[in-house]
Amino acid sequence: MPLKEINIFRRHGKQYVPDLRKAELPAIFRGRPIISRDITATQATALCNLCPVGAIGMISVKPGMKPEPKVIAATRLLPDDVSAPDTKSPDGSRMEFSECTIDLGKCVFCRECEFALPGKIRFTNDHKLASNVRERLIISPGNDRPIQLDPVMVRREIRYFFKHALKLRQVSAAGDNSAEMELNAAGNVNFDMGRYGIEFVASPRHADGIVITGPISQNMAEALQICYDAIPSPKIVILAGTDAISGGIFSGSEALSREFLNNYRVDLYVPGNPPHPLTFINGILDLIGRQ
Amino acid sequence: MMDQRYTEILTNPGTVKLADIPVMEYREFLAFTDLLMGEEGTHCVAYMVVPLKDRYRFICCMAADENHAVVLFSHEQPLHPLPSLQSVTAKHFQFHVFEREIHEQFGIEFPGHPWLKPIRYPFDRADQSRVMNNYPFYASEGEELHEVGVGPIHAGIIEPGHFRFICHGERVLHLEIHLGYQHRGVERLFAEKQGILSQSILAESIAGDTAVGHALAYAGVIESLAGMMVSKQLSMERVIALELERIAIHIGDTAALCTDIAYQFGQVVNEALRTVIINTTQRWCGNRFGKGLIRPGGSNYPLMPDIAAEILKNLENVEKRYLQATDRIFSLPSVLGRFEGTGKLSTMQATLIGAVGMAARSSGMYRDIRWSHPFAAYTGHPFEPVMLHKGDVWSRAMLRKLEVVKSIEIIRELIKKFTIYDLRFTNEDSTNQNSEINHKPEIADGTSEINHKPEIVNRKSEIVNPIYDPTLAPSSLAISLVEGWRGEICHIALTDDAGKIIHYKAKDPSLHNWLALALAVRNQEISDFPLCNKSFNLSYCGNDV
Repeated sequence: MPLKEINIFRRHGKQYVPDLRKAELPAIFRGRPIISRDITATQATALCNLCPVGAIGMISVKPGMKPEPKVIAATRLLPDDVSAPDTKSPDGSRMEFSECTIDLGKCVFCRECEFALPGKIRFTNDHKLASNVRERLIISPGNDRPIQLDPVMVRREIRYFFKHALKLRQVSAAGDNSAEMELNAAGNVNFDMGRYGIEFVASPRHADGIVITGPISQNMAEALQICYDAIPSPKIVILAGTDAISGGIFSGSEALSREFLNNYRVDLYVPGNPPHPLTFINGILDLIGRQ
Repeated sequence: MMDQRYTEILTNPGTVKLADIPVMEYREFLAFTDLLMGEEGTHCVAYMVVPLKDRYRFICCMAADENHAVVLFSHEQPLHPLPSLQSVTAKHFQFHVFEREIHEQFGIEFPGHPWLKPIRYPFDRADQSRVMNNYPFYASEGEELHEVGVGPIHAGIIEPGHFRFICHGERVLHLEIHLGYQHRGVERLFAEKQGILSQSILAESIAGDTAVGHALAYAGVIESLAGMMVSKQLSMERVIALELERIAIHIGDTAALCTDIAYQFGQVVNEALRTVIINTTQRWCGNRFGKGLIRPGGSNYPLMPDIAAEILKNLENVEKRYLQATDRIFSLPSVLGRFEGTGKLSTMQATLIGAVGMAARSSGMYRDIRWSHPFAAYTGHPFEPVMLHKGDVWSRAMLRKLEVVKSIEIIRELIKKFTIYDLRFTNEDSTNQNSEINHKPEIADGTSEINHKPEIVNRKSEIVNPIYDPTLAPSSLAISLVEGWRGEICHIALTDDAGKIIHYKAKDPSLHNWLALALAVRNQEISDFPLCNKSFNLSYCGNDV
């Protein structure tokens, strides 16, 4: 009889996280960073050289101007330029360094920039990192606001069809198995995202969307395409983990083939190395418009 | 009188000058390999080709377990015409994977090799006409035989790989495993990215489930090349991290084995226990897989007394609950009926293919780097590996249970030693700041209401930071072996005359053990394949690099 099982279950107690929306992680967790406004050009140059994935961006503007929020793009100075952070603008006028950004779509969350410049950069334990707009993953200086989705940019059919039930097919395209294990964990007894009707399914035919992990290798590109094609429309595309969003540490490797991403619109970017189950679940809930 | 045919490395990790590795004629190389293979406990950890300007240099690294040494010897061949070499595999089957790798990468022929098939389709392979879609599968024709193809994408959330079965009814006659989908060009990236930080992160990503194991092997290579001394406390911390990784995965695998036999109790209980362990790692370094924890020369996350206390507390809790759960699991007839006698790998098969790690130990092979080539805090401490002999799914499941208990014991012992070696653990000042830590039990999801001060890492003077600008020994070869949770991880780096890394090999234990899975499912029911697969839990990305 299962009496012994019941006894063991009783000793284990409740294991689920009661409120996934409000759950907090320990302070040491490496989540959304905060960047100070007073990083000098020299310090920023050093950070650019330090960052192993080019996630640190330097923005230059014409003297006396402030950078416009819209032009923020994580551009990394080329190695020859690093000794002279002042660059020329397209029209030839002199530009000067203004501020330093971190692109969470490229960041591997190694926290080395914080160790190098303590007090100027700090990784908080805010695990809500997902967004549907790629630019929102770029953290600008002095910004301590949570990363959010842009509800206007969410396709209408997503919330119409998938708000109460979303079935996903996961494809590991050269993922290192840490992101895959975290996605598995999202459905386990602790995080139990099944409570929202969100589940991973075995067949693309049963799925409403695809979750891609890994930097997408040449050898996996075709299988990924076949899997995507097999999912009935309307379908969504989610990139889970820094490797999937930008290639991460593998960016630039000749063994990758990331053309797939040029052809389809990405509905959700979930940063992390690997993304924490809470990052993933909260991102999806925001996307489908659940409280 | 020293034998002139080889050079020996007696430390792990260890470095030799490239010029000190003797070069011999190929005929002599074959004879010497025969000689070494005749000795008990000698196995090949790496056999690789380094393309030089005017020739290929073949370097073979054999581990001599009884002598706790690595034996290196080599031969050289011209670039043109492409050499064709009598296969070592024909006599010593464990070389099969290395000769296949060399053949695929450089196009070098090995006449006499029984199975010279592609291994991972690297982007820089010699024959670009060989593509994923035309893998030369073994075929067997017969009216009553049929083939079953599975993958690359599988039903669950796992990595991609293709399995092709030849079956007679439900019975598997042959399984061929076709990998390569995960190839990211890691070894090439090691030579392209010269930064130590970039390379550390790359090492952690070779197989994300073995982040600590691979990062430790990489750190060993760099520290050995740079001649860095690692403090006693750092080497103990590293072993604690490595054993935490082993515990987490073994418990997770216990859960997964229960999933595959539809025993939900075992699954959910063990899943929750794994969460406690990986959250303990997260409390230490901010990442559930220990990414960022291991760096060459030092550490960004020194083990502070409060974390050590928390590790001990959580381990005690987990040990008690895990033993209760596994006692139940291993006493149920319905579980034993599926585990016992399923997926057998005999000691002879394991020895023949050069199986390593957990898979080898559960088939009665005495193979554990912690014993044979002790590294970090295992150095100077006798280690007795856990051994089982039946080689079936039961053995591999039971070995996990026994290893979890053993690893917990190791961590306890090491943390106890901290009070001797580490000032932080006896110094009153350092404990004061932690007095406010509230010992309220953390709930298993890793969320915590404990509010820590922003400066979590208290950098005391005796704590050494990672070293990212070491000077590496020029024209040298460094080899580092680590017993990860799957088994023997081997990293090898070669430097040029300026001390730059020009060639890197990162070998995951899976490279040896995939064949063990293929052998274990022979004559099994095809429905037992998922169970057999899980019992080995091999890495796809570790094989494909």
